[in-house]
Amino acid sequence: MQLFVEQVLNGIANGVVYGSVALALVLIFRTTSVLNFAQGEMALFSTYITWKLADEGDGFGLPIVAAIAISMVIAFVAGAVIERVLIRPVEQARSPLNVVIVTLGLFLGLNSVAQLLFGTDPQFMPSPFPEGSIELFSSGGDTAVLPKSTIGMILVLLAECILLWFLLQRTKAGLMLRAVASNPDSARLHGIRSGRMLMLGWAMAAAIGALAGSLVAAQRTGFDASLMQTVLVFALAAAALGGFDSLLGAVVAGLVVGIADALTIQYVDALDGIEVVLPLALILIVLVVRPNGLFGRRTVERV
Amino acid sequence: MATPSDSSGAATEPAIGTVPEALAEPTVGEGARPSIWPPVPRLVLGIRIVIGVALSVAALYAPFYFTPENNRILSQAIYLSIAAMGLNLLTGFNGQVSIGHGAFFGVGAFTTAILMVDHDWTFEATIPVAAALSGLVGLLVGFPALRVRGLYLALVTLGLAVLFPRVASKYVEGAGGVALLRPKRSGFASLIDGLDDDQWAYFLCLAIAVVLFLLAWNLVRGRMGRAMIAVRDQEIAASTVGVNLAGIKVGTFALSAAYAGVAGSLSVMINRIADATNPVLYLQLSIEFLVAMVIGGAATILGPAVGAFILVFLRRNTEDLIEGKEILAPAIFGAALIAIVYVLPEGVVGGVRRLLARLGRRSAGSAARPAPASASDVPNDSINPGGSHEEGT
Repeated sequence: MQLFVEQVLNGIANGVVYGSVALALVLIFRTTSVLNFAQGEMALFSTYITWKLADEGDGFGLPIVAAIAISMVIAFVAGAVIERVLIRPVEQARSPLNVVIVTLGLFLGLNSVAQLLFGTDPQFMPSPFPEGSIELFSSGGDTAVLPKSTIGMILVLLAECILLWFLLQRTKAGLMLRAVASNPDSARLHGIRSGRMLMLGWAMAAAIGALAGSLVAAQRTGFDASLMQTVLVFALAAAALGGFDSLLGAVVAGLVVGIADALTIQYVDALDGIEVVLPLALILIVLVVRPNGLFGRRTVERV
Repeated sequence: MATPSDSSGAATEPAIGTVPEALAEPTVGEGARPSIWPPVPRLVLGIRIVIGVALSVAALYAPFYFTPENNRILSQAIYLSIAAMGLNLLTGFNGQVSIGHGAFFGVGAFTTAILMVDHDWTFEATIPVAAALSGLVGLLVGFPALRVRGLYLALVTLGLAVLFPRVASKYVEGAGGVALLRPKRSGFASLIDGLDDDQWAYFLCLAIAVVLFLLAWNLVRGRMGRAMIAVRDQEIAASTVGVNLAGIKVGTFALSAAYAGVAGSLSVMINRIADATNPVLYLQLSIEFLVAMVIGGAATILGPAVGAFILVFLRRNTEDLIEGKEILAPAIFGAALIAIVYVLPEGVVGGVRRLLARLGRRSAGSAARPAPASASDVPNDSINPGGSHEEGT
């Protein structure tokens, strides 16, 4: 029982990370219909910036919360620039594959530039959350503990969701963003500057990525340039499971994937070493039953 | 008539020859029957034939000119172009995006390696088995692909590529990876004893590539090809006119996987290893296939070959471009990819076609038409749909 609870908690801690990266993927997909394969590496780059700002030996020694905030601002601007400079020119191309190629190029480029600038040694990221853990219950000799950092992660993700929901559903900018997402041409005819909205979508996604990356790095004992690669695979799985256009779906699916992953590692010996089967199988099962994902909307096709 | 030489040229010349290869493609088959595509002007036809012949000669002479190391790289480009062609059938012509063809490549590679090492088969005998097995795996993946579309399919296949090396290292004996010391030559070897190992490997790759490219070329021009393109462009409309959606999609998936499997099989002969130790290798390969197809020109016949050679050429030359900063190689590679997509959004072959269409119009001698009009894309397309006939509408 104790083991089970601990694994579920582990899964939640990972799932929160998958959920927030999936959130960024979904945000970009909703606004620009681009699947951003460079999302993980953009987050990695921002994570290194956070580390550089916060580290006392090699960096500027800022408090970690300030470092994350600054890094998010930088990522926000960089995300907008990437959309405008790299993505926009190829979006009009006849084949949507071209955008995929650009994000893949970005993926390779950012990863190697990050290694060049910040070195290949594992680095340590301080955590913004207090240490220690809370005792959930103890029965007999069993105790289950919940690390405070996990609680922190959950709170951050909740805050992100509420903020995004408010922004998208309750502000004028959010309304315009949704209009552009649902039909760029008619949005433009209504006087919405759709280019700016696309930039905004990418900028917000990049900022969310920066936050997620920094927190993942703090969760680990050390991080290097491969930090985000497995995270990205699971986040993609979560985004697909949640049905690409649903923010809530991304978060819930992130948690589902995280918990399922942790439980498989613990209990299913047959899958030892190939746990990645799990998100894949989850996607397949869900998509066969519900082709638009758990939370996705059904689309009607006009011929 | 110009076909065989054209296609063999296609798969062989490194990047210096990549641009003109595209010239050879749309020529063929249009003279014989009344075609929906307009006749090709004589000047363009002449250029194509000359270049096709020149490339074929170069392809046949190349292995005697280059060092064994360079021959190995040429052979790598050839098997890469076979895999890219397979992906092109699926993604370019049938519209199903896959980022997981590295897995099928891996199935082919491990089939060949295991048969040769554990069961003492000769290399050539393993190729059909590799093709059949990876085709079968493709078939199995193709069925869920009927339900899963577009982006979701891309993700499922991506998962496949991530999964493959883990499954391989779990179930294949040895510490993840089968290495071959030296490929065994088959009985043919005595006939061509004058060839070194690297030259023999090169010619084998070349011959298989030519056959597979011709096969693909015939396929997409025929009934199946038209059905594939129809499904890509308007799935529902295609089904209403009697195209068997499931059959076409699953069939294309299996065929495409078989191409990747053959490429994987050849890779074992060239690299002498089937590797399961690198967890991202097969994902990288999948991305390479996709990249080769897109920069060469999706939904064209020569595109995958052109793209594969550009890719191999770029990778080789970015590796030792900056001394002491090898870490930057992927960055330069990535930047080059982005640059190519910017300059030639339809790929190299698509770009060259557009250029040729313009050139052809000029030489067709429509003197009455004012020259400046040719600067616009719209009249080009309406006058010579050959420039876009396979890219869909």
